[in-house]
Amino acid sequence: MKKFLHIENIYVSYGSIDALKSVSLHIEEGEVVTVLGANGAGKSTLLRCISGLVPLRQGDIFLLDKSLKDSPPHDIVQNGISHSPEGRKVFATLTIEENLNLGAYVRRKHTREIQQAKEHIFDLFPILKKRRRQLAGTLSGGEQQMLAMGRALMSNPRILLLDEPSLGLSPLIVKHVFEIIREINSQGVSILLVEQNARKALGVANRGYVLETGKISISGTSTELKSNQKVQEAYLGGSALKKHQL
Amino acid sequence: MQVVIEQIINGLTIGSFYALIALGYSMVYGILKLINFAHGDFFTLGSYVGYTVLVFASAALTAYFGIWGMIAIAMLVAAISVALVGLIVERMAYRPIYASGRLPAVVSALGASIVIQNSIMIIWGPRYQAYPAALIPNIPLQILGFNISLLQLLILVMSFILMLSLYYVIQKTTFGAAIRATALDRDTAALMGINFNKVILFIFILGPALGAITGVMVGMYYRQISFTMGWNYGLKAFTATILGGIGNLPGAMLGGLILGTLEMLGGAYISSAWKDVFVFLILILVLIFRPTGILGEKIAEKV
Ligand SMILES: Nc1ncnc2c1ncn2[C@@H]1O[C@H](COP(=O)(O)OP(=O)(O)OP(=O)(O)O)[C@@H](O)[C@H]1O
Ligand SMILES: [Mg+2]
Repeated sequence: MKKFLHIENIYVSYGSIDALKSVSLHIEEGEVVTVLGANGAGKSTLLRCISGLVPLRQGDIFLLDKSLKDSPPHDIVQNGISHSPEGRKVFATLTIEENLNLGAYVRRKHTREIQQAKEHIFDLFPILKKRRRQLAGTLSGGEQQMLAMGRALMSNPRILLLDEPSLGLSPLIVKHVFEIIREINSQGVSILLVEQNARKALGVANRGYVLETGKISISGTSTELKSNQKVQEAYLGGSALKKHQL
Repeated sequence: MQVVIEQIINGLTIGSFYALIALGYSMVYGILKLINFAHGDFFTLGSYVGYTVLVFASAALTAYFGIWGMIAIAMLVAAISVALVGLIVERMAYRPIYASGRLPAVVSALGASIVIQNSIMIIWGPRYQAYPAALIPNIPLQILGFNISLLQLLILVMSFILMLSLYYVIQKTTFGAAIRATALDRDTAALMGINFNKVILFIFILGPALGAITGVMVGMYYRQISFTMGWNYGLKAFTATILGGIGNLPGAMLGGLILGTLEMLGGAYISSAWKDVFVFLILILVLIFRPTGILGEKIAEKV
C-alpha cells in the first residue's frame, strides 16, 4: 500500500545544533498520528520542515509520489498540507474574517467555495461567526486556537499539521479542542498531531511516535504506546504529575 | 483667516508629497524591517526622468496629446522606469543580505542611495535643472474665495486618489490582507500560501513608482530640481513615517499631511528659516513621547 505522507530519514540542523537526526515516519490516509516528546525534542521542527519553513539537510519527504523537499511553503499548502503552528499565531491586527480568508489564500479565486468553507468553519466554531468583524487579537486564548484551526482548515487540506493545540488552555477548552480534532478527522482529513498532553493525544490518535532529542525512540499504535512502560513513566505519569502540581 | 487657510492648503500640498514618499518607506519597513535609504533617491530619479520626457516632448507630441496628456505620459514613464530600478536595487543590494541581519542591510541601503544619487549627477549633471515653465501652465483659480493654482489643485486631487487607492488595496482586498499578514508574521503568512517573493515584488514596484510620480509633481510645483533633493524629501518623509507609526500605511499618509501642514504654518508664522527645525523637533518629540507614532499599534501579542 502506498503511504500518504512519508518522511524518510530526515536530518535538520540549526547552525551546529542537530534538531532532527534520521527521523522517519508516515501517515496513512484518514489516520490521526501523534508525535510526543519533551520540550526541545524537535516536534515543532518536524512540522516546520514538512511545511517547508525549515530546510532539510538530508533525507526526503513524499506526499504520495511527489517529493516536497525543494518546495517552498506556499506550494506545500497548495498540495493539501495545512499547518496550524505552535502558539496559534493568529494575525492579531486582522479581523477574524480576514484571518479565515487568508487561510483560503491558495484558492482565493473561488469565492463561492470560500464562502462555503467559511460557513462550515462557523458551524464548527460558532463563536467565530459572532465575532467575525473583530480583530483576532481580542479573542481569548481558546478562541484564538479555534481560529487557528479554522484558518488551517480553510484551504481544504488533506493533511492537517497541529502543533500543541492544547497549549495553555483550560481543561474544558482542551476537551473541546480534542472533540473538534476527532470531528475534523471524521470528515476525512488526516492529522499529524504534536502534543505534550500525551494522554489526550493517545486518546484520539491511531498511532504515535516518541521523539527524544531529535530521534524517534518509540513508535506503535496508541494502545501499544499507552501500555509501554517508558511512555507511561515519561509522558503519562509525567503529565499526571504535572496536573497534580498545578 | 483667509491666509491661514491658504497656508494650510499649501501645507497639504507638500504634505501629500511627503505622504506619497512615506508610503514607500513604510511598506518596505513593514515587510522587511529595513529602512530603505535609497527611497528618497527613487523620488529624485523619477523627477529627472519626468523632466527629460517633458523637455524632449516635441511640439508634435504635445499637440497630439495635449499638455496634460504629456504630463501623464511623463509620470507614467517615470513610474515604470523607477519601478524597474527599484526591482534591480532589491535584487542587487537587499536580497543577497536579508539573512545577515539589519545592520548590513542599512549599510547596503546607504550604498544604494549613494550609487543612485551619483548616477543621476553623472547623467544629468550636478547643476539644478528646471522643468519647462512654458509647458506647464500655472493658471490661478479662485475657489470659495481662496487662491489656489490649477496645478496645485490637480496635485492635491491626484495625491488623494493615489492614497485612497492604495488604502483600498491594502485594507480591503485579500492581497492587501496578505501583505499585512506578511508584515506581522512572515512564516505564518507563508503557511497560508502567501508567496513572500510576490509581496516583495509588489512593494518594490509600487513604492518606487509612487516616489517617481511624486518626483514629477514636485518638479512641476517647484520647477527646480537637484540631484541631492532626495535626501531632504526622504528625511521629511521618513519623519512622517515615524510620526504616523512606521509600518502603518494610513499612518504614513496622515503623518505626511500633518508634517507638511505644520511645516508651512511654522514657516509662515514663526520663522521660515527655522521650518526644518520644527520638523525635526516634531520627530524628537514623537520619539520621546509616543515612539509607536500616531496610529502605531501597541505591540500586544497573546502568548
Ligand atoms: N530557529 C532556531 N534556531 C536555533 N535553534 C533552534 C531554532 N528552533 C529550534 N531550535 C532548537 O532545536 C531544538 C528543537 O526545537 P523544537 O522547537 O523543534 O522543539 P519542540 O519539541 O517543538 O519543543 P516544545 O515542546 O518546547 O515546543 C531545540 O533544541 C531548540 O532549541
Ligand atoms: Mg514546539
